[in-house]
Amino acid sequence: MGEYLRPLMELTLARLREQLRQPEVLFWVFAFPLLLAVALGVAFRNRPPSPIRIAVAAEPGSRAAADSVGALLAGTPRLAVAVLPASQAAERLRQGSVALVVVPGNPVVYRWDSTRADSRTARLVTDDALQSALGRKSVRAVADRTVMARGSRYIDFLIPGLLGMDLMGTGMWGLGYAVVDARKRRLMKRLLASPMRRSQYLLSFVLARLALLGPEVMVLIGFAMLAFGVPMRGSLAGFAVVAVIGALCFAGLGLLTASRARTVEMVSGLMNLVMMPMWVLSGVFFSSANFPAAMQPFIKALPLTALNDALRGIMLDGASLAALAGPVAICVAWGVVSLAVALKIFRWV
Amino acid sequence: MSPVAVVPAIRCTGLVKRYRDVTAVAGLDLEVRAGECFGLLGPNGAGKTTTVEMLEGLAAPDDGDIEILGMRWPEHEHALRERLGVALQETRLADRLTVTEVLRLFRSFYPRGHTVEEVLAVVALEEKRDAWVEKLSGGQRQRLALACALVGTPDVLFLDEPTTGLDPQSRRQVWEIVARFTRGGGTVVLTTHYMEEAERLCDRVAVMDHGRILALGSPRELIASLGADEVVEFALAGGAPAPVEAELVALAGVRAVRRDGPRYRMTVDEVHRAVPGLLALLQRRGVEMTELVTHHATLEDLFLSLTGRHLRDA
Repeated sequence: MGEYLRPLMELTLARLREQLRQPEVLFWVFAFPLLLAVALGVAFRNRPPSPIRIAVAAEPGSRAAADSVGALLAGTPRLAVAVLPASQAAERLRQGSVALVVVPGNPVVYRWDSTRADSRTARLVTDDALQSALGRKSVRAVADRTVMARGSRYIDFLIPGLLGMDLMGTGMWGLGYAVVDARKRRLMKRLLASPMRRSQYLLSFVLARLALLGPEVMVLIGFAMLAFGVPMRGSLAGFAVVAVIGALCFAGLGLLTASRARTVEMVSGLMNLVMMPMWVLSGVFFSSANFPAAMQPFIKALPLTALNDALRGIMLDGASLAALAGPVAICVAWGVVSLAVALKIFRWV
Repeated sequence: MSPVAVVPAIRCTGLVKRYRDVTAVAGLDLEVRAGECFGLLGPNGAGKTTTVEMLEGLAAPDDGDIEILGMRWPEHEHALRERLGVALQETRLADRLTVTEVLRLFRSFYPRGHTVEEVLAVVALEEKRDAWVEKLSGGQRQRLALACALVGTPDVLFLDEPTTGLDPQSRRQVWEIVARFTRGGGTVVLTTHYMEEAERLCDRVAVMDHGRILALGSPRELIASLGADEVVEFALAGGAPAPVEAELVALAGVRAVRRDGPRYRMTVDEVHRAVPGLLALLQRRGVEMTELVTHHATLEDLFLSLTGRHLRDA
């Protein structure tokens, strides 16, 4: 057994040393996901809602009517009202800098674009304010209580997705690039000419990948928990299991992508071809529920979708591994099938 | 002769390797004796590397049979690999690993062998032990490749163009390492297109071209097969009618003549008899000589006489 383990350990160490001695590897594995998290966290931080801009159109000669409607609406919370000449008001609406234009008269006319979310809100708020100012009474007392729950913010959605994307990227690039590089510089051939076992060689990549996985996940998740208060509602053990399965799944996929390629250019193209659809479809930056229902079975079957679902399930919903059996099984299946095919078609020399 | 000495370390018969429509090796028979240094000499594209990679078990022959140390690919693969040392052409073993780390890695593959310290001493890289491989010179990298090949104390060492691209001093260092290995009883198969390398290191040489062996024997035997020990090369100025080959072969002591435009190349038994005859002939014709060189015949001359081409055509 030691006879098998010693070369395995030396190969793994060699791989880790070569990686850790390259500053660019450290950047992509550790610094890049953090920078992305900070940038997106700042861009999408939760802010109090800004007021909706509307205009009151003053037709030539009826400035007074416009001013009186403007006065009725002034002071309404969440509305910013401007009285403008009719032509200018129409132009602002077209440009999108006001959400709605009020044309005084009988009836009062609201001009707005029904496809714009802020216009729909403006229609409701403006009409409510106008009717109240003219004497309409509420028939039932109501009270508002706004909530801002941890776990439902954009940053909470984002962090597990970033982690999934990161596991995909380092798994695929880490293995794919290294395999093709070793093939290209004849290192692989030279190693094969020694009594090294092929399984030792491939396993060393997997072990080196797992060795970097721990720090990589801890840096991103630790930062997200401390800086943004992103929750970890499920068990850490379950989270670790999902992360390891995800890393192995993409290591298998990386090996498959690199199994035949002779040049770095070729493997780069293949990698992007495999990863690009998942960046878009698999719910990294926005929910994959936005895509049409017909696409959902396909999207659900992608390994990154499954991994992101599982990571979000554990972190945000506190789901158990048993509850996540579906997505976890998808990851395992991708990993096993990729590895099996990769070993079958692998170009050793 | 003791019975041990006649057991071949390597025997291959009818070796063929085709790549699409190119036949890289076209039916090769070869026997390498235990303890000898065997050279495959030939120009680029002669099939040397393909031959060696088939012997190393890195390429499968399309036809033919290979037996090494009484074993065969692929059924004895692991046992064979433990007894072979290999240095391929142009291999980048590592970038940011130290010399010691690379050697420890390769040592770990073999059940027995040198310690890292011992093999560092063998290739004289002790001072570079903690240097990253990417910082080594070409000669130092090649010695590291040799160290990796030697660290498992192999019985047979395969070296594919071990000194290509090295400066003369680094080349001599590599030769010294290889010579020490054969003095210790090891068998070496090397490929080269440097005739000097083959003459210095090899007990026997196979001259290869287009996937076939053109001549086989010790460097001395091969040169002797030219039938002449010396080569006279000269060039003539234009103008007067140049002598034809038949006239030159008729001169005393001249064995063969090859002409390439104004340049001539004669293999001769004795320079001191051939040159006066040549000069007399040229004087009678009134032809002026622009260059005259004589040297001992080498494997380069043999290759030229076998193929009409130089070993290292551009």
